[in-house]
Amino acid sequence: MISVRKVSKSFGRVQAVQDVSLEIRAGEFFSLLGASGSGKTTLLRMIAGFEAVTAGQILIEGQEMQDLPPHLRPINMVFQNYAIFPHLNVHDNIAYGLQRLRLPKVDQARMVDEMLEMIALSGYGMRKASQLSGGQMQRVALARALILKPKVLLLDEPLGALDKQLREQMQLELRGLQKQLGITFILVTHDQEEALTLSDRVAVMANGWVIQVDTPAGLYDHPKNRQVAGFVGTMNFFDAVVSVHGQDRVADVAGLGRQMLNGQAGPHGNCAKVLVAIRPESLVLSSTEPGPGKPSVPGKVEARQYLGGRQILHVAVEGRATPVAVSTFAHRGEDSWAGSEGRPVWLTWGPEAINVIDPD
Amino acid sequence: MTLSAGQSLRVVPSSALVRFLHRHEGWRGYLLMAPALLLMAAAIIFPIGMTLVMSTWSLSGYDTVTTPGLSNYTAMADHPMFRVLILRSLTISLTCTAFTVLLCYPMAYYVAFHGGRYKALWMIVMTLPFWTSYLLRVFAWKVVLGYEGVLNTALLGLGIVQEPVSAFLYSQTAVTIVLAHSWAAFALLPMYVSLEKIDRSYLEAAADLGDSPARRFWRITFPLSLPGVVAAFIMMFVPTVGEYITPAMVGGPDGMMIGNLIQAMFGPMNNWPAGAALAVVMMLTIGLAGLVFVVLDRLLRR
Amino acid sequence: MARYTGFHAPNHTLAIYAAVFAFVLYLPILFIPIFSFNSGVYVKFPLEGFTLQWYVNLLGREPLKAAFWNSVKIAAAVSVLSTVIAVPAALAIARYRMPGKAPAVSFMMLPLVLPGLIMGVALLGLLNRMGVTLSLVTVTIGHMVICLPYAISVLLPRFIGFNRSLEEASADLGEPPLRTFWRVTLPCNYPGILACVLMTFTISFDEYFMAFFLSGPKSTLPMYIWGQLRFPQDFPSLLALSTLILLFSFVLIFTSLRLSKVGQTAQTGALK
Repeated sequence: MISVRKVSKSFGRVQAVQDVSLEIRAGEFFSLLGASGSGKTTLLRMIAGFEAVTAGQILIEGQEMQDLPPHLRPINMVFQNYAIFPHLNVHDNIAYGLQRLRLPKVDQARMVDEMLEMIALSGYGMRKASQLSGGQMQRVALARALILKPKVLLLDEPLGALDKQLREQMQLELRGLQKQLGITFILVTHDQEEALTLSDRVAVMANGWVIQVDTPAGLYDHPKNRQVAGFVGTMNFFDAVVSVHGQDRVADVAGLGRQMLNGQAGPHGNCAKVLVAIRPESLVLSSTEPGPGKPSVPGKVEARQYLGGRQILHVAVEGRATPVAVSTFAHRGEDSWAGSEGRPVWLTWGPEAINVIDPD
Repeated sequence: MTLSAGQSLRVVPSSALVRFLHRHEGWRGYLLMAPALLLMAAAIIFPIGMTLVMSTWSLSGYDTVTTPGLSNYTAMADHPMFRVLILRSLTISLTCTAFTVLLCYPMAYYVAFHGGRYKALWMIVMTLPFWTSYLLRVFAWKVVLGYEGVLNTALLGLGIVQEPVSAFLYSQTAVTIVLAHSWAAFALLPMYVSLEKIDRSYLEAAADLGDSPARRFWRITFPLSLPGVVAAFIMMFVPTVGEYITPAMVGGPDGMMIGNLIQAMFGPMNNWPAGAALAVVMMLTIGLAGLVFVVLDRLLRR
Repeated sequence: MARYTGFHAPNHTLAIYAAVFAFVLYLPILFIPIFSFNSGVYVKFPLEGFTLQWYVNLLGREPLKAAFWNSVKIAAAVSVLSTVIAVPAALAIARYRMPGKAPAVSFMMLPLVLPGLIMGVALLGLLNRMGVTLSLVTVTIGHMVICLPYAISVLLPRFIGFNRSLEEASADLGEPPLRTFWRVTLPCNYPGILACVLMTFTISFDEYFMAFFLSGPKSTLPMYIWGQLRFPQDFPSLLALSTLILLFSFVLIFTSLRLSKVGQTAQTGALK
């Protein structure tokens, strides 16, 4: 559907986007996730046509688009600040792109009304942009773009300006709308939660490079490197050295001791320095020493972060400077970990908890 | 009816030019700037080039001799009148620039730091007269300073002087005062801008560290506003040194400046090559002064 | 312990200074309207009596009428043409990254720092050499050169402050650049553009140097005034004329400055 092939963009000496290649499928909800300055917005603006590519190709259904100005591309966009035309009312904003199609006024009006109904703003047609709330502007921006039935809808941090509650509601609506219309959505966001909630696939970007493209679950469970792992969710990192003993591979992990590695991806050679990454929720905490058979390590609770439905306990272990974060559910009533600071505990984990990734 | 998906996809066989312009933002920009740039190039480069060429010509009787030569320049070096006029222009211009900058600084400071919500209104009030007819503003001064003008008749009426003071009009002082008054906005604006830009938190930090208001001003506000002061100097000096309406109206014979001579050369004296040479000298003077200020500015910014 | 007075505590000395400064700034031009209603022929105190005869005197002067219409024609042409040229230039400066932009902009601002006299004689020399007959057209060209830097300086901050994504949204919805300008940029920026027209109109209307050197046989209003200054008996009528011109210019410029400010706040308001 959309192919981005070896696209680069430089502003003077600054490399904003570096050699990015992506294949985005028809009907897919695709996200570009990254911190500010990662190049995600520049990449989106190149797809929309607001920035020219320095090198590379952008194809939509096999047609080269990279040298076309934005008004000739079958793409529409929802802007970060909505870009609702302040001098037009809601109706004229939504009908803006219809004018050049020279449709009869009646048809135009009916299409706009359908759109207003879809975004649940029927009867708001005569309102000025300044009379709308943030969420309503957001919907008008969506309707204005979708009325043209684009093949691809681009969304540039569309929910960034909304408060948390509204944002979560809009996330659900966006996802529903996309499934209903079957249009390809490309979303730019710095909010990993948003990317994971909405997307079919996510491309994580940093410093202009695309680091990893995967499904949300894939990113979460098998981050390719420290950047991705750190960006998507919380992660404990441990320095480790791999050694190979015949058929078996073993890692000496700082703070956790010797671990068997069965089939994990990652650097495999003997004496390879690696990073072992473990999610806080993959660790299990117990007040008593667990029996043999499962790997375990003793520690001491240093601090507790109560987060409502769950809590994070920071456990100091020997051989490691920073405490290990462990996430557990906080049960109502029987709050066994309240005031647990200083208590000796044991950490255990299953073999699947261990991710081996590149150290840099 | 509704649009079918992709109806808006018009794969227009766009021209090579459209594709080129999309790829090259700089060219797009210069295309939009082209009319303005061309007009300016045609109206600045060619005329000034022409002036340079013309300054090497000479006059023989009523005919212009177009063989290049430096006779106009040597005449300027030989004739003391030119030197006197140039020096006088520089003196008048520098004096009035210095006074104006000095007088405008507190004003700019007041608006920038104490203007409150009337800042914009203050700036309009301060710059409004500047936009109106220059000729009329000088004319107004003639009314004020004239032999039987406002100032003299007022002083007479109050018994401060026994007879009208002729020195008010037709003197270098009059020229200096009127120039200072007419171009004040040029000095005010750059200083206001640089004062306005100063981050107030620096001052708060200085106060926090125990500086008195006076010390805050001399240690922070003043140094940070110096680029604006330098810009005010340039903005003021350049137009005033080339002035000729003011000296012609309120200068009298003693107040004539180089501009009057240039105007006369192109007008009644009808010696264009000599006028062109004078214009070149004036441009060089301005250029040199500008260079000095730019160097000063660079040193200040370091 | 001394009470902390804050930074924006009123400074009375400075406030008085500012008031005096503003008063002195306007003082000389105040005398023009005052004496234009004075029945005495001589411009001196005490005032003699109120009269409108100097205004009446202006009526029916054919050269004045001609000069006035010449000035209006030139100013109208200059304001429209220089705005039409300045708008795309200012847009390009505000929007595009282009190599050599800073020197190009400085070059266009050059007439701000070149004395009008030099610009006038230099253009005169060139036009004369090219064999162009001096006319109102040559004055118009001269005035456009003077007005363009001002026009760009008035427009540039508006365009920089203008939310660029509105234009991008229009392009994104399929409108080509010219129609985007027509449907979005113009309606959203008309106060600034109108301010530009008014300002360049006033500058041209009041300009003297270029007109003096480039006008040929026809004269403009400032040239008419300059010419009449030789006749002392005509002084009061000139004061009357000047009062009218000053009033006209003040209204135009004040509107222009207000408009550009209003435009700015409207834009930032729309941006939230």
